[in-house]
Amino acid sequence: MELKKHVQDLLVIEVTRLNKRHFLLDLRAPEKFPLILPGQFVQVLVQGSASTFLRRPFSIHSVDYSRNTLRLLVQIKGEGTRHLAELKTGDHLNLIYPLGNSFSLPFTKDVLLVGGGCGVAPLLFLAQFLNQNNIRPTILLGFRTKEEVSEIETYSRFGNVHVITDDGTEGEKGLVIDHSMFQRERLDFKKIYCCGPDAMMKAVAKIARMHRIECEVSLENTMACGFGVCLCCITPTDKGNERVCMEGPVFNINRLTW
Amino acid sequence: MPDLSVNIAGLNFRNPVTTASGTFGYGDEFRDFIDLGRLGGIFVKAVTGKNRDGNAYPRMAETSTGMLNSVGLQNKGVDHFCREIYPRIKDFNTHIIVNVSGSTVEEYVEVAERINELENIPAIELNISCPNVKLGGMAFGTIPAMATEVTAEVRKVYKKVLMVKLSPNVTSITDLAKAVADGGADVITLINTLLGMAIDIERRRPVLSTITGGLSGPAIKPVALRMVWQVHKAVHIPIIGLGGIMNATDAIEFMLAGASAIQVGTANFIDPTVSVKIVDGIEAYMERHKIKAVTDLIGALRTE
Ligand SMILES: Cc1cc2nc3c(=O)[nH]c(=O)nc-3n(C[C@H](O)[C@H](O)[C@H](O)COP(=O)(O)OP(=O)(O)OC[C@H]3O[C@@H](n4cnc5c(N)ncnc54)[C@H](O)[C@@H]3O)c2cc1C
Ligand SMILES: Cc1cc2nc3c(=O)[nH]c(=O)nc-3n(C[C@H](O)[C@H](O)[C@H](O)COP(=O)(O)O)c2cc1C
Ligand code: FES
Repeated sequence: MELKKHVQDLLVIEVTRLNKRHFLLDLRAPEKFPLILPGQFVQVLVQGSASTFLRRPFSIHSVDYSRNTLRLLVQIKGEGTRHLAELKTGDHLNLIYPLGNSFSLPFTKDVLLVGGGCGVAPLLFLAQFLNQNNIRPTILLGFRTKEEVSEIETYSRFGNVHVITDDGTEGEKGLVIDHSMFQRERLDFKKIYCCGPDAMMKAVAKIARMHRIECEVSLENTMACGFGVCLCCITPTDKGNERVCMEGPVFNINRLTW
Repeated sequence: MPDLSVNIAGLNFRNPVTTASGTFGYGDEFRDFIDLGRLGGIFVKAVTGKNRDGNAYPRMAETSTGMLNSVGLQNKGVDHFCREIYPRIKDFNTHIIVNVSGSTVEEYVEVAERINELENIPAIELNISCPNVKLGGMAFGTIPAMATEVTAEVRKVYKKVLMVKLSPNVTSITDLAKAVADGGADVITLINTLLGMAIDIERRRPVLSTITGGLSGPAIKPVALRMVWQVHKAVHIPIIGLGGIMNATDAIEFMLAGASAIQVGTANFIDPTVSVKIVDGIEAYMERHKIKAVTDLIGALRTE
């Protein structure tokens, strides 16, 4: 489905610091939102930062149609995200949205969401969407350490949440694929949605293949435009090189070469 | 109302603002953002003889006020263009100009011949300057004799307006400009990207899969402007100028240096509506300076 894309100034409603490296950005649109799907992303113009030339892509963390707001979950990586962390209520932020395809609705209720690092961002919106379709997913979230574990209550409204941290300071210890749910002979899921660093998604894809579970991943290739014209963000698929910003960011692992 | 129209080699453009190949897709990707009918023209993504997958990911590295790319002419070939893409874009209310690329003279000629048959394509832009393909491509754009040859061979089969896009990766841009003019080019486009590179020190690896790539954006504007100025003094065919144009001021600079029209490239990624803003900005400038025709700006730089 092709949705009309907008270039718009959105009003910064609130900036909420979650921990040293992460914050939430609540933004309000001047007019009623178009339909936005889970897995889609926005391209943010970072103004006033000399070294940030291109826009920065971020997944849509959640959408509140009644308040006409959307929320981004941002991890501070470099200049651009550091600049965004300085935004104040009342500032404006220019966005191109909604971009990309979306996660597909599953034909099963046995659903697992796996997220690591800032890869958790699109999973909240997906969990909301699944709830609206009477599915309560299992949600496995990986964090570096206890200090970074956040929004667990929010996720818990939509699914059964499990936490794992690299250092074991909260929940189980290890990487997401080390979680005990994966150590069983049989997994009770028929669909896995996964988002995070490439290495993590590849590892989860391997588990999904082994258990013949359908699996969708959301890629985060570096982008110049974000709306399909520069061909910088490609990934090899069964149909040749496809654009992560248009044919993706969500791909069924069967279509990827990994 | 000031007159923004320009006539380039017999082709009438409603204004001098067009969009650069490889940065505007086939135009339809921008229909959510702007009215394409407000543009002078659209230069679509490079078309080659056969399908090309392009280079491996990563293909992009951001730089200070610019970016490097190594897309490498990814496209589905001229057959696919004529069959699938042309019907979809042929009735846009603006000039659609096809960027023609290749690795051999034969490939350029073949593609040009096929595009010549398409009624609603009034011109082609020969890309003899792509830094991102191993074979040919840039060789045609850096050796004057080869530039003349490929232009002359295409000239034999191509009956409409023939534009040739030059590479800045040469010692003397005027030698290349003269070479393509000798080969029969009607118009010169300049510049394509500047060859550059970026390194990730954490991994001690190049950022791009191809190690080197093409630099675009405001970082290259002074070089592009200088080349337009030099070529304007050296040859007497019209010039379409580009390289780092972000706003109307930049566009007007190119026209003063000698460009009859301009292309907006990388700026489209940052603001997909920028091309139309540039049209408005040029009009506002003309009103402010009481300039009746935009053609009065072409090469109007005062140097004495
Ligand atoms: C479709 C998509 C969705 C995304 N969603 C989110 C999100 O919801 N929340 C979030 O925090 N981040 C997300 N990202 C990643 C985010 O865009 C980058 O972290 C951000 O652009 C970095 O900008 P910067 O200026 O702070 O860092 P830079 O100075 O540009 O880079 C700092 C470091 O981060 C690395 N980096 C830059 N871009 C990316 C990227 N695309 N992927 C991985 N590493 C990168 C660079 O190589 C460098 O090492 C997403 C990326 C994509 C493509
Ligand atoms: C991602 C990308 C793809 C490009 N692809 C092409 C191409 O297919 N053919 C071509 O002649 N030039 C291509 N170019 C070069 C541009 O058309 C233009 O010459 C160059 O980017 C300089 O202008 P700018 O600084 O305004 O972008 C490409 C540039 C970029 C950034
Ligand atoms: S980022 Fe430009 S095509 Fe995907």
